[in-house]
Amino acid sequence: MRLSASDLACRRGGREVFAGVSFSVRTGEALAIRGRNGAGKSSLLRMVVGLIRVAAGRLALEGGDPEMMLGEQAHYLGHQDALKPSLSVGENLRFWSGFLGAAAADIGAPLAAVGLEALVDLPAAYLSAGQRRRLSIARLLAVKRPIWLLDEPTSTLDAAAQERLGEFMRAHLDGGGLIMAATHGVLGLEGAQELQLDQIPSPQAAEASS
Amino acid sequence: MSPLAAILVRDIRIAVRVGGGALIGVLFFLVVVTLTPFALGPDIVLLKRIGPAILWLAALLASLLALDRLFAADHEDGSLDLILMGRAPLELVVAAKGLAHWLTTGLPLIIAAPLIGLLLNLDGRAEAALMLTFLVGTPALTFIGLIGAAIAVTLRRGGLLLAVLVLPLTVPVLIFGVAAANAAVAGSVPFGNPFTILCALTLASLVVGPFAAAAALRQEME
Repeated sequence: MRLSASDLACRRGGREVFAGVSFSVRTGEALAIRGRNGAGKSSLLRMVVGLIRVAAGRLALEGGDPEMMLGEQAHYLGHQDALKPSLSVGENLRFWSGFLGAAAADIGAPLAAVGLEALVDLPAAYLSAGQRRRLSIARLLAVKRPIWLLDEPTSTLDAAAQERLGEFMRAHLDGGGLIMAATHGVLGLEGAQELQLDQIPSPQAAEASS
Repeated sequence: MSPLAAILVRDIRIAVRVGGGALIGVLFFLVVVTLTPFALGPDIVLLKRIGPAILWLAALLASLLALDRLFAADHEDGSLDLILMGRAPLELVVAAKGLAHWLTTGLPLIIAAPLIGLLLNLDGRAEAALMLTFLVGTPALTFIGLIGAAIAVTLRRGGLLLAVLVLPLTVPVLIFGVAAANAAVAGSVPFGNPFTILCALTLASLVVGPFAAAAALRQEME
């Protein structure tokens, strides 16, 4: 499986965020997206899953399921945790695994993996920011999808949980998955490619500096 | 569990828990209808004549109450992103959310209507007819409301815009719902005529609502 993009451009609110972005990620590889605030890291991930229209350029997935859209084969871990405060930890995870199409909703193992198995009946409203994050990571483990798109996955996580996330990502890569992650920090993945969004001058920025 | 069943079960759970819309809607309905006899005075003939209209108006406003959070809550916590990415067609997801909304706000109104009808001096026959018009008409209110809820999804205080957008569209449902209920009470016009038009309005809104709402959501989320 190979996810590739050539000359991607993104326009938000009439402003060009980035242009000329190209990358290629294969099965077993990870791509770290870096760049200053506002460089378009999140926009790039949202574009890959199909939540933002591709303004120019080409985005392709080779070797995936031809019957499905890219977004349907991918997990997207955004800034928001997509949790309902009035539902319990278990209900939140069971809903997402049901909605995302897990045949048998086994939520015990994913919850144990992120260390939330003791809180299964607690309403999500009582979780801390880091625990909420871990619960949304459990979603990636509960439903198997080959492509992981992670937006600042380590934010709000403590050192131990970051370590654990690194293990999940390595296991995912070893199992034939691929990862794209926007991050300021360290991903903890050796041999990850890097994509610097700052170094691709947008035409407007080039005009302004000249 | 299929994606649509998962959405349905989740939305019903959220609605019936603390802070959900189910109880608010039916309480609002009861309060509005209870206040009417106090405002109009104990004129039994007048109450009987305008009773169906009062009940229908209260039902219309009550079903709008929880509607503005229907998509906005999913938008704010990021769930809507994952729903848009999902394999389930957005139109069907929207319809499942509409069904959950009707089951938690429309259905309680139908159950509460006969009790509250006593306050407006409605007899058994009129109450039965009213329940029937509610059963057929309130899904139309929800499914027309879906369109407004989808258009107002990104707005912080979308409730007001929602009411302004949705209320004019519900005028036909109101006219024929009240007409059918009045026909059953007064017996001057056959009950069947307005009632079949009400059925037709509901069927049309069940089809148009999810498609229009899904189109609006896709547009808003760009």
